[in-house]
Amino acid sequence: MFEKALVGSRKYWLWVFFLLVLIGIGFLAFLAQLEYGLGITGMSRDVSWGFYVAQFTFLVGVAASGVMVVLPYYLHNHKVFGPVTVFGEFLAIAAVIMCLLFIIVDIGQTHRLFNVLLHPTPHSMLFYDMIVLNGYLALNLICGWAALHGEYKGTKYPKWVVPFIYISIPWAFSIHTVTAFLYAGLPGRHFWLTAIMAPRFLASAFCSGPAFLLIALLIAQKVSRLRIEPKAIDTLSKIITYALLANIFFFGCELFTAFYSQIPGHMYPVMYLFKGLHGHTEWVIFMWTAWIFMALAALLLVIPHTRRNLNTLVLACVLLFIGAWIDKGIGLLTGGFTPTPFETITPYRPTVPELLISLGIWATGFLIMTVLFKIAVAVKEARAA
Amino acid sequence: MKRRDLLKLAGLSAVVAGGVPGFLNKEVKAREYTPPPGALTAKRWGMAIDIRKCWEHPECRDCIKACHHIHNVPEIPEKKKEIKWIWKDEFEHAFPDQPNEFNDVLLQGKPFLLLCNHCEHPPCVRVCPTEATFKREDGIVMMDYHRCIGCRFCMAACPFGARSFNWVDPRPYIREFNPEFPTRMKGVVEKCLFCYERLEKGQIPACVEACKHKALIFGDLEDENSEISRVLRSRFSIRRKAELGTGPSVFYLIG
Amino acid sequence: MYNRDKVIPGIIIFVLFAAFPIWWGHGKSVPPPKPELPKGKCVESKEYMRAHHMQLLNIWRNKAIREGMRVYVSSDGSRYWIGLQNGCMKCHHDKSKFCDRCHTYAAVKPYCWNCHIPPETKEFKPPKRSALLKLFGIPERLTGNSSHHEYEEH
Repeated sequence: MFEKALVGSRKYWLWVFFLLVLIGIGFLAFLAQLEYGLGITGMSRDVSWGFYVAQFTFLVGVAASGVMVVLPYYLHNHKVFGPVTVFGEFLAIAAVIMCLLFIIVDIGQTHRLFNVLLHPTPHSMLFYDMIVLNGYLALNLICGWAALHGEYKGTKYPKWVVPFIYISIPWAFSIHTVTAFLYAGLPGRHFWLTAIMAPRFLASAFCSGPAFLLIALLIAQKVSRLRIEPKAIDTLSKIITYALLANIFFFGCELFTAFYSQIPGHMYPVMYLFKGLHGHTEWVIFMWTAWIFMALAALLLVIPHTRRNLNTLVLACVLLFIGAWIDKGIGLLTGGFTPTPFETITPYRPTVPELLISLGIWATGFLIMTVLFKIAVAVKEARAA
Repeated sequence: MKRRDLLKLAGLSAVVAGGVPGFLNKEVKAREYTPPPGALTAKRWGMAIDIRKCWEHPECRDCIKACHHIHNVPEIPEKKKEIKWIWKDEFEHAFPDQPNEFNDVLLQGKPFLLLCNHCEHPPCVRVCPTEATFKREDGIVMMDYHRCIGCRFCMAACPFGARSFNWVDPRPYIREFNPEFPTRMKGVVEKCLFCYERLEKGQIPACVEACKHKALIFGDLEDENSEISRVLRSRFSIRRKAELGTGPSVFYLIG
Repeated sequence: MYNRDKVIPGIIIFVLFAAFPIWWGHGKSVPPPKPELPKGKCVESKEYMRAHHMQLLNIWRNKAIREGMRVYVSSDGSRYWIGLQNGCMKCHHDKSKFCDRCHTYAAVKPYCWNCHIPPETKEFKPPKRSALLKLFGIPERLTGNSSHHEYEEH
């Protein structure tokens, strides 16, 4: 099947080439980081995780969201999602690989990565994160590839895949739950120390991931003969709507707890992010953008008329994706580290090499996704013809 | 031979070639390993800091100098990326959650010596994915720099900001090094280890030894006859963020 | 065989490539290394140390750091203080004349010395700035100050 990725239009190859250039630049920057150390980034003694871990966290959500098309199809026999599930699984593959890459570039002793396997430590949440992420990657590779291969051969997916599909559903929830537990169990980090961290993570994942998938599907539809049933898009947009509303609701719960209790440790991070604290207003504009975008998206999605209109639907998806990305991709991390354990503020700004490395990893993910989607579309086109 | 069989055979050969020699290499002679004779031992090491003595000598940095020299702690000029094992900070930063507006005259702006608390229930140890940081039986929260992968989970977990990361190679920032102790390399986390390497030789920690005002008292918290136990029974002391339940083993005598 | 014209040259190129170390070094012989051995005996026999020193060091660091077992009782009953700087290098005074000679010959680069300090070290070198770091505009030294809170002495 892979040969399908090697035939394509000029535009396809230009896009692949563009991604390869970004990957190359990112890789060079990573080599510089290996030589110099993580001092190349904007991270500090006080904000000791930054853009990399933030991207990791966000992308675990995107990966988990693949389940939002798999679940309705396999558990509720929602037939219109049949042709779409494989795309959800392929999106998950690309996202998990990006997650793993972001972990690799974030650790200080890259070549000691396998110490996590050599010295398994069951009391560390990272141990479980390693298991669930790699397991999820394997599950999606198996399910996605087997299903598509079945379609390629003109048969249904083989029987032995079924248990893997069913395991992959709770597994998707587990990856984001465990990732939330990385944060939610740390004493002294009040912004993260919340029981609804995992539900919040899942809610933001299940709106931003499917929003991304929906945009990707519409692009695939535009550049190929692939046809997505309007009913599938309609269901997907409803899933996005409810998840987004849940995300906003959960955030409201956090605000209530922090500000009604008036406990400084719980209020300060939110104040720092949204209003500025001790004259530090680095992220205020970003955070307001994020939540205004998400509120606008919610409005567009809740009104049936604008949800059914493809233009406003896409706009809503773009807004909410950007909003969720800022909120979780940066706000969550800096908020957790600010104020510091000394109730001081150390501003964090990612540096250029840090951003180039991140861009390189995003480009890698897009490349994997492009190739996998291309194969899937080509197989489906061949069957339709 | 079918292609599939060939691949299977090749895979098996690779496993054998890669795995077996490593397995055979493990033979090591030794009659036994023993703890060092004459080492100082305890059930739970702890430290009490008579902070009022420190306030009488605000210019004194002897403990910091001794520790940082003996452990090859670099002096990084960029404060955001600095490395410190023991340092001074003001009361309101050391104890941010206990502000008593009427105590201002007494405590505000007063320097406190900060270091790793060697907690009884250390969150840094709980989160470490490789057991590079672990708790010894004598209560010292230890670092195995050989094993640290530099994930910095321990830094996120420590509520006391006791841990530093080597963002770059620290060596160029060490002016005079101690040839008896290693440096660290870029990409690992480090912190105070209660001078485990001195205890092994029967010596008290460097900071305690360096303090000419006898402000630092080091000893076994579980031995009721030790100096530290006696002083903690007789004087009022506080611990940083005790409400988090980590059980710090560093006490500040303020009464 | 299908694609004979491609497969056979492919195999030839692969064999040549895989045998690169043999034909590249053909005719040249490098004398085996002679590490400078101190007088007296090591913790175990020369043969044993030659073959297994890394395994021993690996066990040593776990025993000493993780279990507090700082003393090694060797197979003949002698006692030794475990440590690279404070053990091994107290006899092997010169890393370059002992460790490096074989390691260079065998092209292995253990990174013990990124942290441990060899006895012959007088000072640490200033940081270098490679072409790669220049490309991304990274200064070789961390400098300056930021607005970060710092304890000021009163």
